[in-house]
Amino acid sequence: MRGVFRNIGRTLLQAIPTMMGIILISFLLLHLMPGDAVDAIAGMSGSASVETMDAMREVYGLNDNLVVQFWNYIAGVLTLNFGYSISYSAPVLDVIMERLPATLTLMMSAFLLALVMGILVGWAMAVFAGKWPDRLLTSTSLLFYSAPNFWVGLMIIVVFSGTLRWFPSGGAETIGASLEGWAWFADRVTHLVLPSIALAAFFMAIYARLTRAAMLEVLRQDYIRTAAAKGIHPLVIQFRHGLRNALIPVTTVAGLHLGNLLGGAVVVETVFNWPGLGRLTMNALAARDNQVLLGILLLSSVAVIATNLVIDWLITLLDPRIRA
Amino acid sequence: MSRKTPVLELLNLRVGFPGAEIVKGINLQIHEGEKLALVGESGCGKSLTAFSILRLLPQGAAINGGQVIYDGLDLATLPAWQLRRIRGKGIALILQEPMTSLNPVLPIGLQIAENIRSHETMSRKAVNERVIELLDLVGIANPRERAKMYPHNFSGGMRQRVMIAMAIACNPRLLIADEPTTALDVTIQAQVMDLLEDLCSKLNMAMLLITHDLGAVAQWADRVAVMYSGRIAEMAPIEPFFTGPKHPYSQGLLNSSVEDDWHYSDTRLTEIKGTVASAAGEKGCAFAPRCPYAAAECRLSPPELQSVAPGWVAACARLDAIRALSEGAAHVPA
Repeated sequence: MRGVFRNIGRTLLQAIPTMMGIILISFLLLHLMPGDAVDAIAGMSGSASVETMDAMREVYGLNDNLVVQFWNYIAGVLTLNFGYSISYSAPVLDVIMERLPATLTLMMSAFLLALVMGILVGWAMAVFAGKWPDRLLTSTSLLFYSAPNFWVGLMIIVVFSGTLRWFPSGGAETIGASLEGWAWFADRVTHLVLPSIALAAFFMAIYARLTRAAMLEVLRQDYIRTAAAKGIHPLVIQFRHGLRNALIPVTTVAGLHLGNLLGGAVVVETVFNWPGLGRLTMNALAARDNQVLLGILLLSSVAVIATNLVIDWLITLLDPRIRA
Repeated sequence: MSRKTPVLELLNLRVGFPGAEIVKGINLQIHEGEKLALVGESGCGKSLTAFSILRLLPQGAAINGGQVIYDGLDLATLPAWQLRRIRGKGIALILQEPMTSLNPVLPIGLQIAENIRSHETMSRKAVNERVIELLDLVGIANPRERAKMYPHNFSGGMRQRVMIAMAIACNPRLLIADEPTTALDVTIQAQVMDLLEDLCSKLNMAMLLITHDLGAVAQWADRVAVMYSGRIAEMAPIEPFFTGPKHPYSQGLLNSSVEDDWHYSDTRLTEIKGTVASAAGEKGCAFAPRCPYAAAECRLSPPELQSVAPGWVAACARLDAIRALSEGAAHVPA
């Protein structure tokens, strides 16, 4: 256990320069984009005089030179002040925190769906390796793997919402229904199903292929024969001895994917009109709301570092060999 | 060997991969409490024979014919669920590689307990006590603490001890040991073999020892079966075998061993010319292409096992001629 805490400490220390780098690069990249928030506002309101625009830039500090702006931002971050959103006229932290739960819900449900389904499908593919269930699942997962998630999203809207009318086509809840208790929960869940599938499809396919390969590798090992020689049930062999070992590489890769998942959420949230960080990102991009964008990038890098810590800890649970 | 009931009987067992038969009809009996060594060079089918007994063959391999009789049942055709009740309970298996034959992510105590739990209904506490007792029996110090450890905490020799503890957990009547000491240091090999011998007599367990270590065979087994290219070449009691093997292949094996005493008529270290592969496509005796005594008759059909002495058989068409030759001159043709 001490080893785990030492690992956490070391990762956190390493995280500091990483975060500084991420802020610097994001900051510079955002400023490379032509135009700023004031241009966007002027564009939306139809027209604005040069004097008005200049006055606004002065108010928002956009006229300061880049080094000063960067310094102001860093100083803000160190005091947990992530800046002010021009387009939402509210502190960035509030804007993000308002959207965060919706995105976390979507990401977590998609992640769990991808992991559970991917592992089960991969296990089934390995057990039937070379037979028709394996071939069917392999080609299906290839389809999910190669289809872009916005297309998967649109298609499942057409089928499950349009034609079959099983699930709503977008949003996080039925607007104006003011439900409570179980009805509220059920309403949220039915809204969650399709976007979760759309977001999970790609990752499910990866985890399935990975689990299949890892299982096939593990099932060839000597200890599987040892287990069989003990007369234990084949299902126990496959799960306790097979899957338990196969999960190690799958967990490692899954941990690396959480960042990608946020990227996927941006697209899927837009398709499903999901009120989360993904759509906030799109809107902030359109409005050139750099402070919001920086906040989101900062948050997602914190999230990736944090999940890596969790994954490291999970791996030590799964694999006694790395427990020091 | 005048032992009464066979524990296990192989009847014309044939095992192979698609398009290639490796074990070409083997008849073998292992008696109550007996230690039978199955020797032969790599690829002769000795490991496949061992694995086919419990139907734990590698992917692609299959039993093509014959019977494996245990307790009046044919293990070759027994339904899987019935076979599971024999695996680990009546017949146990020890593999060659202790480094890879234990699951790296489970504590060793649990892996031993699995064997007990799948065959006996015991309380969790009783199982744990039995595990500790077993670890103690195979000579692992501090068994109570060690049971909670993982395979990577153990050395190769210790892991093989754990494998042995696992194998004997349900007092099996037969232990199949597939080259149990090949992967170990020489100093550890003797310890492990001593342990196995000790346990065999304590538990009245029969043992099928698969090996190419003739030293272990001489010191250790009651009877030896020499395999060549999927068939039994010679089967004999230990003492007379090492002083006067009958089959030319057995003679070659002993002559090519570094142990001087076994060079039954020459003190030189000689190799057996050719390779096992040279038997491919041979209609007659598979050893004929490498055999110093081969004659035209050898190439007609595979030789049958003939009785040489009580409990001693050899599959060679020219046994009489070879005997005459070796009596005439104490010189082995090279």
